[in-house]
Amino acid sequence: MEYIIIIIGTVLVSNIVLANFLGICPFLGVSGKLATATGMSGAVLFVMTVASIVTWLIQQYVLNPFGLGFLQTISFILVIASLVQVVEIILKKVSPPLYQALGVFLPLITTNCAILGVALLIIQKDFNLLQGTVYAIGNSLGFALALILFAGLREHLELMDVPKGMRGMPIALVVAGILSLAFMGFANLVKI
Amino acid sequence: MDNLLTISGSPHVHANESIKKIMYSVIYAMIPAMLVSFYFFGLDAVRVLAISVVACVLVEFLIQKYLIKGDLTINDGSAIITGVLLAFNVPSSLSTWIIIVGAIVSIGIAKMAFGGVGKNPFNPALVGRVFLLISFPVQMTTWPIAKPLFGNSTLDAVTGATFLGNLKDQVNNLEAGKVTVGQLIEKGLPQYNELGDIVGYQVTNYQDLLLGQMGGSLGEISVIALILGAIFMLAKKTITWQIPVAYLGSAFVFAGIFWLINPDVYINPLYHMIAGGLILGVFYMATDMVSSPMSVKGQIVFGIGCGVITMVIRFWGGYPEGVSFAILIMNAFAPVINRGFKPARFGKLKMV
Repeated sequence: MEYIIIIIGTVLVSNIVLANFLGICPFLGVSGKLATATGMSGAVLFVMTVASIVTWLIQQYVLNPFGLGFLQTISFILVIASLVQVVEIILKKVSPPLYQALGVFLPLITTNCAILGVALLIIQKDFNLLQGTVYAIGNSLGFALALILFAGLREHLELMDVPKGMRGMPIALVVAGILSLAFMGFANLVKI
Repeated sequence: MDNLLTISGSPHVHANESIKKIMYSVIYAMIPAMLVSFYFFGLDAVRVLAISVVACVLVEFLIQKYLIKGDLTINDGSAIITGVLLAFNVPSSLSTWIIIVGAIVSIGIAKMAFGGVGKNPFNPALVGRVFLLISFPVQMTTWPIAKPLFGNSTLDAVTGATFLGNLKDQVNNLEAGKVTVGQLIEKGLPQYNELGDIVGYQVTNYQDLLLGQMGGSLGEISVIALILGAIFMLAKKTITWQIPVAYLGSAFVFAGIFWLINPDVYINPLYHMIAGGLILGVFYMATDMVSSPMSVKGQIVFGIGCGVITMVIRFWGGYPEGVSFAILIMNAFAPVINRGFKPARFGKLKMV
């Protein structure tokens, strides 16, 4: 039950993009097409989960025992960046089709603040490893939901005769704002 | 230019329909609910409705004239509908300037920014309402109790929460088992003032709720008037039955399941049908042709999604009412639903 609450909380109530406003750059950057949005969501799901597990282990077994808490941010950034590289190399060797499918999004994830944000939030909220992993999966599902909805809307808007000054990014930001307003309806649904 | 012949391939079917005709039939359908709101809320309702409609039409006119510089479409009635729906979704005591802000958000941001009528992915009136609800939570949830225009009410401008708001106040008591739904219905839902003292009880018989004898926003109070308008629209084929049936059905079933499991905590689903903005949302806003899916299967999925989200927010959410949020969220799903339920091309063979 606890894990279901975490999933509902992260996907609907405090959605990483629509309520916490993290990961806005891939949200706006790769939401032009539904297919790429799905690919990006898959890549984020994978990296976010692995990165959260690894950073949790580092926090518990390296930073905490040696009193190196002040190195948290920089070590997490390093870990995530190198993790993405490692994942990329392994995927290229082990599963070329998946590597092909994720394409350029895999290296792009290095700069996705949602990954670092989730890793830090897990430490802040004092989750244990399993809770943290579920939290990371929930957040990446929330990211996927927001990204896929947004990509659908943007594809839809491509076909519309939007006024010249609003075409492209401005109207995308308006849509993102309205989407965020709509998701505020889930406020206080569950507490995590 | 009017004499140019329209040349197109067959079939040459002509339906005597236009945007204007559809829009005006929706406006006619809203007249009974409008009259009921005048009856219950008096001149305040007239004020809110007039300001909302005038502001919406004016904003659309100014944007088209000076920003987009395109054809004027204020005559097609779509801005009037947005104005009326916005007014239907706010309490009658709302200040004039807040209504104008709502009209600017509805028409300026949710409709004209996308290019005007037929291009908005979200229902404009609902965007305006949700924007106001989040920006001005106190003003938007101060509900004047219905005081009939020709009644002998001696009270002047009493305020209280809506039926669902009062129910929401009891959620903790209900879940803790301090009080059961049966007791609440017998005694009425307690109404609290700012200090937390009980100042009165909300009536809970079906008759009053159906007629509109309760606190609430302008257009949502009288279920009977709204259904009259809905029958008119269904008869004129302005709306189709799929979304309303799927929406009401799924909300009823969802609420019914919980009611059957624990009737002490969850109220009879019939109350959920007639209290709050469900009927208004189901027939007048979820059925908006622009922001709902195109195919029949898609519309049913859309309706079910709306119903379930509405009840989830009503049962467990922070807001007492979830209709506007549910419709907006499902509006966002509409393009994805459209992709998922493409009708088969004519002549397409089944994959073997």
